[in-house]
Amino acid sequence: MSDDIAIRLNGVSKGFRLPNERQNTLKGHLINFGKRGYEKQEVFTNLSLDVKKGEFLGILGRNGSGKSTLLKTLSGIYTPDNGEITINGKLIPFIELGVGFNPELSGRDNVFLNGALLGFSRKEIELIYDDIVEFAELERFMDQKLKNYSSGMQVRLAFSIAIRADTDILILDEVLAVGDEAFQRKCYDYFNELKERGKTVVLVTHDMSAVKRFCTRAVVIDKGVLIYDGDTDGATDAYRKLNLKSTEQSSSVSNKRKSNKLGTSKYVKDLKTTDSKDVKKILFSPNDKIVIACKIKLNGSVENPTLQLWFNNPGGTALAAVKIYPKDFQKSKVNIGKEITTHWILDGIFNDGKYMVTAEISNSETGEIYEVIKDGCEFSVYGWDSPHVLVHPDKVIEIKQ
Amino acid sequence: MDKYITKQNKALLLELVRTDFKLRYQGSVLGYAWSLLKPLLLFVILYIVFVYFLRIGKDVPHFPVYLLLGIVLWNFFTEMTSQSLGSIVGRGDLIRKIRIPRWMVVFSSSVSALINLALNLVVVGAFMIINQVDISSSILLLPLSILEIYVFALGVSLFLAAAYVKFRDISYIWEVVLQAGFYATPIIYPLSMISIDLVQKLLLMNPVAQAIQYARYNTVTVETITSSTLFESSLYVVIPLLITAAVFVGGVMYFKKESKYFAENI
Repeated sequence: MSDDIAIRLNGVSKGFRLPNERQNTLKGHLINFGKRGYEKQEVFTNLSLDVKKGEFLGILGRNGSGKSTLLKTLSGIYTPDNGEITINGKLIPFIELGVGFNPELSGRDNVFLNGALLGFSRKEIELIYDDIVEFAELERFMDQKLKNYSSGMQVRLAFSIAIRADTDILILDEVLAVGDEAFQRKCYDYFNELKERGKTVVLVTHDMSAVKRFCTRAVVIDKGVLIYDGDTDGATDAYRKLNLKSTEQSSSVSNKRKSNKLGTSKYVKDLKTTDSKDVKKILFSPNDKIVIACKIKLNGSVENPTLQLWFNNPGGTALAAVKIYPKDFQKSKVNIGKEITTHWILDGIFNDGKYMVTAEISNSETGEIYEVIKDGCEFSVYGWDSPHVLVHPDKVIEIKQ
Repeated sequence: MDKYITKQNKALLLELVRTDFKLRYQGSVLGYAWSLLKPLLLFVILYIVFVYFLRIGKDVPHFPVYLLLGIVLWNFFTEMTSQSLGSIVGRGDLIRKIRIPRWMVVFSSSVSALINLALNLVVVGAFMIINQVDISSSILLLPLSILEIYVFALGVSLFLAAAYVKFRDISYIWEVVLQAGFYATPIIYPLSMISIDLVQKLLLMNPVAQAIQYARYNTVTVETITSSTLFESSLYVVIPLLITAAVFVGGVMYFKKESKYFAENI
């Protein structure tokens, strides 16, 4: 390996064997012996990455993209399944500040314990002890137990020790996420100092401004794959796109989830179009009355029920909507648990074409949607003379002369 | 070997042991004094029960001290293994978040137990003087007995600590095993009470029993049955030592194999 490389990942894979049902006891293992179901979840496969000495590398990725696993793997906390990791120099990971802090020990004892975990001997800590305490602004509290510290004090103490760590390579995970503005400024100063001293740093964060400010290079990881590697502007763009994509996906998923199909639906039992004699009909002439029959059955968990019908064209554009309000329901004595059918009688106002009806039951006060039957039924109209308009409001418009 | 004895590891060991001791008697009024009081009080109870009521060990000179030494050594074994058992899981935050040698965690538990043993031996020494035990130069062989127990216990500890990460039953099982071991080892009764020759020999195959008997022979009274006095062939003296070596190597190997996955299994 050439001398200017600090960290080299060569075809590294890491996955977890997740038991289908975690067996933590011997009995569990014995009973399920032989039929133990493991699911191998690959976090990343065949990943290669070089970090040069003196580089400030940012790793961006959404939650669950594998960046923490990557970090722990290259810190030597996880053992990779395949591939090779070469570290050139002394590496200290900061997955969390104040690891090993014990609430029952005094602040002073914790400094020595934490220092030892960072590779300091007792003598070395003694030399820098006063500086640590002063930087943390905790002179008066060092003989108190750590459990009596506020969380802010704990973080300050941990950070003061951490920045003393004398190492070639630092791995930082979301350390910035904690603390107030003054603390963040201290963090930034520390980052600048690291940069000036030519340390190799790997920083995992969601904070794109920090990446732009400090990193000399950044990678974006998505589902265990490095989808971008290069300058920080490109990385933040790629990361932003990734977030955008996922927002779109999740909104379409949530739409689907809310919408039910007739048959499996909870409240809307039937939705159909009929003629005035209650016979099912889907093709109407301009002069026909269109009757929409919507059968519903409510239960106790529905409050202030409102039933709304939407008329959409096949492209999904909403053309009209009508509602029955709670008071109407009260008038019509909708009994909880009893099936009733509402009839919506519509004069022919729609132009030639196909129409979908969507039924929605919601809470008129809170707006909470209980159920949506999207495109529960459809009907067509045929026979108008002038087909170039959307609606024919002839029967609802009164003309005065 | 150099890679294990580094400056950092020494500093870390020191701090882990120090923490262990600071936390052990946390919030107690007498603090460290309990390290001495515990074996002392236990000794008083056993002395009253076995010497006054059950009248065991009349044929063994200095039986009270003989009894105490046995108990102290057995407690060392018990304490070291039970504390190591939970050590990896107990220090899960370290294992999951930083890079320290995993064996260091178990090793620091064993060192704590050793220090406690040293304190207990001070109590034993005091009773030896009170009881006017003839102290001969063979007392210098006592560390060999302790070494045998230590190596055996370390092998067991490494195995238990690693297995406990995956199987939480181990702690209950080990409690029962220790309870059985207490009676299967000639601690509260002299080995001479066992009339069946074969059983005597079998009991002495246990490395802890062998070590305790030698320790008593070398420090308290030569009228102790040891492997050397019981067996004609010195081959049988070696068997417990081989068991010790096998348990140690097995424990180290199992620990090494499992330690790669501690961080994700805890």
